[in-house]
Amino acid sequence: MGSNSLYGPLDPAPDAGYVDAPPRMGFFTDTSVCIGCKACEVACKEWNAIPDDGFNLLGQSYDNTGGLSANTWRHVAFIEQPVVPSLTDALAAAGTQFLGMPLSDLPGRVTEAPRTDFRWLMMSNVCKHCTHAGCLDVCPTGSLFRTEFGTVVVQEDICNGCGYCIAACPYGVIDRREDDGRAWKCTLCYDRIGDGLTPACAQACPTQSIQFGELDELRTRAAERVDALHEAGVESARLYGHSEDDGVGGDGAFFLLLDEPEVYGLPPDPIVTTRDLPDMWKRAGIAALAMAASVAVSFLGRRG
Amino acid sequence: MAEAHPVGFQWVVEAKNRGAKVIHVDPRFSRTSALAHTHVPVRAGADIAFLGGIVNYILENEKDFREYVLAYTNASMIVSEDFQDTEDLDGLFSGFDPSTNTYDQSSWMYAGHEKHGQEHGESHVQRETAAGQQHESHGAPLPGDVPRDPTLQDPRCVYQILRRHYRRYTPEVVERLCGVPQAAFLEVCEAWTANSGRERTTALVYSVGWTQHSVGVQYIRTGAIIQLLLGNMGRPGGGVLALRGHASIQGSTDIPTLFNLLPGYLPMPHHEQHETFQQWIDAIRHPGQKGFWANAEAYAVSLLKAYFGDAATAENDWGYGWLPRLTGDHGTYRQALDMIDGKIKGYFLLGQNPAVGSAHGRAQRLGMANLDWLVVRDLYMIESATFWKNGPEVATGEITPETCRTEVFLFPAASHAEKEGTFTQTQRILQWREQAVEPPGDAHSELWFFYHLGKRIRARLAASTLPRDKGIQNLTWEYGDDEPSSEKVLQEINGYDLSTGDLLSTFNQMKPDGTTSGGCWIYTGVFADGVNQAARRKPGREQSWVAPEWGWAWPANRRTLYNRASADPDGNPWSSRKAYVWWDPAAGEWTGHDVPDFEKTKPPSYRPPEGATGVEAISGDDAFIMQGDGKGWLFAPAGLIDGPMPTHYEPAESMVRNPLYGQQANPTRKVYDRSDNPTNPSPPEQHTEVFPYVFSTSRLTEHHTAGGMSRQLAYLSELQPEMFVEVSPALAAERGLDHLGWAHIVTARAAIEARVLVTERLTPLRIEGRIVHQLWLPYHWGSEGLVTGDSANDLIGITLDPNVLIQESKVGTCDIQPGRRPVGPALLSFVEDYRRRAGLVPGHHTPIVTTHSAEDADGEQ
Repeated sequence: MGSNSLYGPLDPAPDAGYVDAPPRMGFFTDTSVCIGCKACEVACKEWNAIPDDGFNLLGQSYDNTGGLSANTWRHVAFIEQPVVPSLTDALAAAGTQFLGMPLSDLPGRVTEAPRTDFRWLMMSNVCKHCTHAGCLDVCPTGSLFRTEFGTVVVQEDICNGCGYCIAACPYGVIDRREDDGRAWKCTLCYDRIGDGLTPACAQACPTQSIQFGELDELRTRAAERVDALHEAGVESARLYGHSEDDGVGGDGAFFLLLDEPEVYGLPPDPIVTTRDLPDMWKRAGIAALAMAASVAVSFLGRRG
Repeated sequence: MAEAHPVGFQWVVEAKNRGAKVIHVDPRFSRTSALAHTHVPVRAGADIAFLGGIVNYILENEKDFREYVLAYTNASMIVSEDFQDTEDLDGLFSGFDPSTNTYDQSSWMYAGHEKHGQEHGESHVQRETAAGQQHESHGAPLPGDVPRDPTLQDPRCVYQILRRHYRRYTPEVVERLCGVPQAAFLEVCEAWTANSGRERTTALVYSVGWTQHSVGVQYIRTGAIIQLLLGNMGRPGGGVLALRGHASIQGSTDIPTLFNLLPGYLPMPHHEQHETFQQWIDAIRHPGQKGFWANAEAYAVSLLKAYFGDAATAENDWGYGWLPRLTGDHGTYRQALDMIDGKIKGYFLLGQNPAVGSAHGRAQRLGMANLDWLVVRDLYMIESATFWKNGPEVATGEITPETCRTEVFLFPAASHAEKEGTFTQTQRILQWREQAVEPPGDAHSELWFFYHLGKRIRARLAASTLPRDKGIQNLTWEYGDDEPSSEKVLQEINGYDLSTGDLLSTFNQMKPDGTTSGGCWIYTGVFADGVNQAARRKPGREQSWVAPEWGWAWPANRRTLYNRASADPDGNPWSSRKAYVWWDPAAGEWTGHDVPDFEKTKPPSYRPPEGATGVEAISGDDAFIMQGDGKGWLFAPAGLIDGPMPTHYEPAESMVRNPLYGQQANPTRKVYDRSDNPTNPSPPEQHTEVFPYVFSTSRLTEHHTAGGMSRQLAYLSELQPEMFVEVSPALAAERGLDHLGWAHIVTARAAIEARVLVTERLTPLRIEGRIVHQLWLPYHWGSEGLVTGDSANDLIGITLDPNVLIQESKVGTCDIQPGRRPVGPALLSFVEDYRRRAGLVPGHHTPIVTTHSAEDADGEQ
């Protein structure tokens, strides 16, 4: 285990012990061209034979699967952002005086700057395949493992349903299926990419919003895309999960967003839950030593 | 487009990434709007006002591509002195006959040719038989020699008539009528015109909901006028393209599933108009007319030879007498009403679910419940097979399962992946599909079903001596053993030289002497050289950018029709950037990236000799070779039932009085004025406040049309699990509707319920100084499947476009109230009460002619 095994920049497959590992593979999901068709959700379920998530009208715009779960490994979020008049205009229209009260609404519905156009944001979310995967770190059975492509996969036949991984995921991705109790999530189509195939979701995506490939190349492509969008006047374009220096050592599946991460239901500053593990063990070790010492001292004292 | 055609929309996204500006004009903010630079909300049913405004913008600012317009359109042609415009007659054109509500079109004709115009009474028959659909492959008949004024100054030339007609369609009027702010409207005008001309072209792409209006054909016409004025027809990157609602809808008009056409747009014979073979042929080719249609006899004889083989001889007029005859309107809506009236006893439904998917669902279901037998072929048990036991009318007591007389036979059908054959898409490209898997259980292809049905019927009739059975007895019916061969069928469609047995390579080889056969002349060549050309799959990167070796396009593998217009009158490309097909003087022929849509060796300078007809009469600069005058029509002197130029009429149901003319709605629209098909009142009628809102319906990405192929699948059903209605926050406040609560929507036909989605994606519009609320409904739900719900099409009445008999199903008026609708018989009295309040009582008839003079006359009575 290297010094960065739990935190910081790292190439995870060699770190996990793979000799001559292939390049790290991942997803770049460009939400600026997502049309919300949900072909990714359906293709994922078809290939992986996942049960449906129930027939419930949720009223969250056109999202009726609600979020990533044991039965939804790709999930398209829909965010409706109404025109936002400038605060002064809004107050003038309302005929009220600004009392300095913060507005309470969902993230992204209100902004500090006025927004002149209605926006309907769509984003296909997926497991991030973190460089430092909390789920994998805490799995007691070895059901979760790092593949040679640097991705994180559950072996359902080993999973004992303990659920530690669920609490350990900083994104709330991995989930237990109610009827069988085991944990399930995106495998980045481990059973396809080993045969040179594209994962089902990326294969089905009509607009190349979901791109699959070598992570290094995807990062370059994503940086160019952000520049192009900025040049075209889309200043809100930004990347999420691309940086090796973030709290999970960078995501294997990263995103181009058009608003703050919170707007899409993503944590703004995710940190691998096992980051402080060495520190905790160190402290626990010191505490244990101190305890042992005090016990020893107490025995010594008695004797004395 | 992103909503209903997500796969095709990838090209819009790609164009956007390359710098294209995307503007989306739609009543509601959809997935398409989400990706567009600009969304322009517009009132449903006001498209001619919007597009007419663009025509006015082009003409008043002289933004037209003048050289193109002069050379290739009928702008300079002089129209009859007898012609009077809607501007003169308060919304009617000259020639209107209030007894039939159709036009004597002779005054619309070019000067000096009035006698060539459609005659009185003819127009009425053409409306009954949707005769306009024949013009999909060629224009209406016309004389070749027409007086012209190339200076475009003559007040009676088409250009000036067009200017006067659209002069009032100003940005102010567009704002008042469509609810589109002038700045947004001008942004569209500027973008469209700036992207057209020598160096650039613009494509007009629409989804077929655009056609579903009482003026549907005229919507498309207005788009075509703009494209002609801007020089966007017959050129790469231009055109008017329909995104079809299903795979191969283009194919099902080429080889029609329509009552009024035979393959290749030959008209189905009418018992009065086409009594003899010669009358039928002359009605198609119009002796004396110029153009390729003059060869119609060869196409018609080849078709009859394909049908009847050796039994078709010159002596028996190639078996013309065995073809069925039209006696009037046998359109799908007429048929539903005829079923209610007991005139139709048996019916076949193939991959169609009218109980959910057709307008006026109640009429559809009551009609089907009054048949002796009904055959349904579908992938699943759909509503049109179970209406008799769990349709809405069972709950209201109108249908009793125990006594419903209809015997329903459900045959399981093979899906597209379970059979081979072709799809024909919007660019007329035929693409061959291989069979991927065997169909499950007893499921079979349509081809198998009809082949064996035909064999059994022929066996039953083999000994018949009745003259009416001769046609069936003489059909050629050999397509293989148990599983008929799709390739054999495609070969029969392609056609043979019967003297050699070779497959034909082009329809020019067809002869009127019975030595050739061909099931659809425009498809001849799909088996050129004995090869299934539709099965070609050469990747785009391995061939030219026109990709002629991917599939096969009719006619003659031509990818862009009328591509002679991509070169200037002298035969040179308009610009090197847009070079496509051009004249090579050294070689003495037309050449380029596509198959030239012109006689290969006819030079641009060719002028026909005096008195020439047929192909010989086509001049070297007549780019629109299938038109009777060789020109693109800004003004249609014949062929359209409802007028030579598109005119803004309000939808059949509107709460707005037509701001432009006294004539409220399309005066020639096809109405079925009967008590089971009431129309909500519109001005100048009273009681419009009973149905104060506009509604529109369309599709969601997650479901397919009437839901037969999507509501049976869990992975799609979970994505849109319930029927809902979208309303703006303002309308929700006005009617007390809660997000995710229930609401019911009411028209004179029905009341349905839906869950409410309150969303800013719908915006109230200001029309004529008042706020107009629009609400939107998907139409995918019915009583079968994993997810069920009320059907939006139950709300819609039957009012049709006069040219092609398509229903007005994209706009209507309604009421919306919070809570669920009544159930059982109470539902009927609930809707009845609305009708009573709206004045739709026995004896009420919706007025058709509403010009101010007609109103005054009414007042005097």
